[in-house]
Amino acid sequence: MDNRQKEIDNLKDYKYGFSTDIENIKAPKGLNEEVIKFISKIKKEPEWMLNFRLKAFERFKLLKEPNWQKPKYPKIDYQDLYYYSAPKSMKNKPKSLDELDPKLLETYKKLGIPLQEQARLNGIAVDAVFDSVSVATTFREELTKHGIIFCPISEAIQKHPDLVKKYLGSVIPTTDHFFATLNSAVFTDGSFAYIPEGVRCPMELSTYFRINASNTGQFERTLIIADKGSYVSYLEGCTAPMRDENQLHAANVELIALDDAEIKYSTVQNWYPGDKDGKGGIYNFVTKRGLCKGKNSKISWTQVETGSAITWKYPSCILKGDNSVGEFYSIAITNNFQKADTGTKMIHLGKNTKSKIISKGISAGNSDMTYRGLVDISSKAQNSNNYTQCDSLLMGNKCGAHTVPYIRNKNSESNIAHEATTSKISEEQLHYCQQRGLNPEEAVGLIVNGFCKEVLQQLPMEFAVEAQKLVGISLEGSVG
Amino acid sequence: MKEQLQKDFKNIIKNLNLSQKDIEIKKFSLDNFIEKGFPNRKEEDWRFSDLNQIIKKNIGELSFYCDYTSTNKVDTSVFVDGLEHNKIVFINGRIEKIDFDYEKKNQIEIIDQSETINRFSNNNSLSDLNNAFTSKCFKILVKKGYQLSKPLIIYHTFNSKIWSKNINLRLDFELNEDSSLRVIDLFNEASEKNFLNIFYNFDLKKNAILKNYKLDKLENKNVKYSFNNIEQDKNSISETFILSSGSNFFKNEINCNLNGKYASAFVNGIFSLNNDKHHEIRTIINHLTENTKSYQLIKSVLEQSSKAVYQGKIFVNPQAQKTDGYQLSKAILLNKESEFNAKPELEIYADDVKCSHGSASGSLNEDSIFYLMSRGLSYQQSRELLINGFLLDVVEKITDSEIKNLVKNMIGIKE
Repeated sequence: MDNRQKEIDNLKDYKYGFSTDIENIKAPKGLNEEVIKFISKIKKEPEWMLNFRLKAFERFKLLKEPNWQKPKYPKIDYQDLYYYSAPKSMKNKPKSLDELDPKLLETYKKLGIPLQEQARLNGIAVDAVFDSVSVATTFREELTKHGIIFCPISEAIQKHPDLVKKYLGSVIPTTDHFFATLNSAVFTDGSFAYIPEGVRCPMELSTYFRINASNTGQFERTLIIADKGSYVSYLEGCTAPMRDENQLHAANVELIALDDAEIKYSTVQNWYPGDKDGKGGIYNFVTKRGLCKGKNSKISWTQVETGSAITWKYPSCILKGDNSVGEFYSIAITNNFQKADTGTKMIHLGKNTKSKIISKGISAGNSDMTYRGLVDISSKAQNSNNYTQCDSLLMGNKCGAHTVPYIRNKNSESNIAHEATTSKISEEQLHYCQQRGLNPEEAVGLIVNGFCKEVLQQLPMEFAVEAQKLVGISLEGSVG
Repeated sequence: MKEQLQKDFKNIIKNLNLSQKDIEIKKFSLDNFIEKGFPNRKEEDWRFSDLNQIIKKNIGELSFYCDYTSTNKVDTSVFVDGLEHNKIVFINGRIEKIDFDYEKKNQIEIIDQSETINRFSNNNSLSDLNNAFTSKCFKILVKKGYQLSKPLIIYHTFNSKIWSKNINLRLDFELNEDSSLRVIDLFNEASEKNFLNIFYNFDLKKNAILKNYKLDKLENKNVKYSFNNIEQDKNSISETFILSSGSNFFKNEINCNLNGKYASAFVNGIFSLNNDKHHEIRTIINHLTENTKSYQLIKSVLEQSSKAVYQGKIFVNPQAQKTDGYQLSKAILLNKESEFNAKPELEIYADDVKCSHGSASGSLNEDSIFYLMSRGLSYQQSRELLINGFLLDVVEKITDSEIKNLVKNMIGIKE
């Protein structure tokens, strides 16, 4: 027990809250065509990419910021943000890890992602994104052997323009909602992955996002394409330094699964959640959408949301191909003054499509949590099925838990089942655990882990361990 | 529409004998309505049923003035046989008869509240429309300790003299301590293409019991909206049953505030729709204090290209510990064209609660049909048996046996 206690003490505060002192190149403050051209130029982008951005920006000017969500936030001044920030040492991209700025390596070491060691150890291929640029990608060679492309998206735009041109914006068009369109106009970097036909990706691909500079919005764009019959498992982790002001994170993630392909996308989101009084923290307004384009394809989202001041995202699946499958597993934990409005959309278009939604929400302290989801079975989606289960757990009487599912069934041959419950940890359960020698905190930890088990099981090994710990830490101090 | 509204409003003011204050309130409501218009899909509460479009499609141009100076003859043939009851008869929106023959006269008071009471906190524009154009608002007060011996049937009758009219009704009920009342709303209409806009308010004091049955069974081509506001004090019980079937469009809204401890609310409903009917039930149950209970069960059977919508919300505020809230909606879609939309919502701010909701929709179970057919029933018989069984579940929830039988006969369920 001593070890565990020590570990928890170590982790009690937000341990990723440090910031790295690194010289930055920034775009001029504000949002206008000049800034977009600046971003495009510094990235050495071809003309079609610049046009893509400008088209999105034209559209963005017509859009109004949405206001229907549950967690309200003070108005963001989009002119008061930096839309590009990169470590100076990245201006001329280093060719190998050895040339990387030692400070950057140090940062990632602190975050628990020693890039150099990973190059030697067999494990996970990592693409690390620092503020606006991707700083390092590991395991390139091994992946290239299989024909897998895994690189920063800015590199893909130059080296694989055909693929990017074909798929970028095909799931989240430049005419989408406010934040997605903003991202299309100003996105800076992110990951790109292409798995060729019939290849089963031999390792987990992973991106690590880090916001460092202050007053910066992070807008990354991730594009993953799984060609026919391929398989890939992708992980995403995020942290940010502790700052008093709120920072905006508005990423777009597009997944495309062709015939018989499978994409598994896991997120452990641990952005800085703000301090105990609700000051600071990240606004996580992310658009994630997967398209099951081909027959028998499958996309599975797993997310563990413990960080951010406000989480507002709905990883979705468009089930276009016949027999395609969409899954969504989520744990969302809010404590102190955190707010979350998250869920998923399952849009059934093809025949025999199936979707499954398991969502577990835990709110403690003064926090507020909403599950909001849509299941839409169109009239052509014969013989489709959906199962939804969303459970909420409340700890204390100052927090809120809400469920807002939208269910649309236009097909008589399809079935939808939805269940939701809200409850608190029962006294009997606590009593039972304490009787067997656990202290109240351990007992709660055990029960909560049991409550989340269904989702935690979906995570890859390394992540599951981290997530399990996170669940415990996030709820520290909320019991008693 | 604006000119029509203003013209008809002038007529109303001319024919009704109103105080200056009332005219001002009505004028204010009218201006609000003109500004907002009929609710449309941009409003969250109306996203599944765009009333503006529905009125355009089913009715076209509406007019808002009805001549209430002349009386209509009450057709006694529409009265329900075999059930002794008190009556309120509306014909074309005009109250023609109020009759509490079976009750002790001094225990019920009927108050003519000619002043408009602007009490509906409903934020949609229909309450403004109702405020501006209602002619009379009666308040029915049941005195302390009195329990009505017979149910009250409110007949909503229309003759074929009116069409493309908007009719606004309003009734106010107050049930004092330990009293009880059963109300049946019965819709009978020979008219077409009218828009009926009904607002009821129920005030339940300690230990009062209200049972409200809304029965819309007869085929008609009207568009209806009904809003019930129910305020409940300690230990009171409200039971609402909705049979939603006959009209082209019908939206029933129930807003229930459980203000006193141990108050409970029950809402049960059946959608039985065919052709291209489009019906909706929206409920908001507000648990505002501890130890309150609510239970909702909605079942739908949808044929042809009909569409049913259920939006239910359970709200639990931070004081409402020990709340018990339950909500279940089930739908059978019998045709490819039919559609079921649901938004079962929970908004919870207290931790010691037991709240759950469930929603399921799908086709008739082929295995069950096979089972019944293998025992000698025809396909049609098996289908009916299954559907009846499915709906009977809700009908059985009616706590009043006389009315339960009335409903059973109405939808042709045999035991």
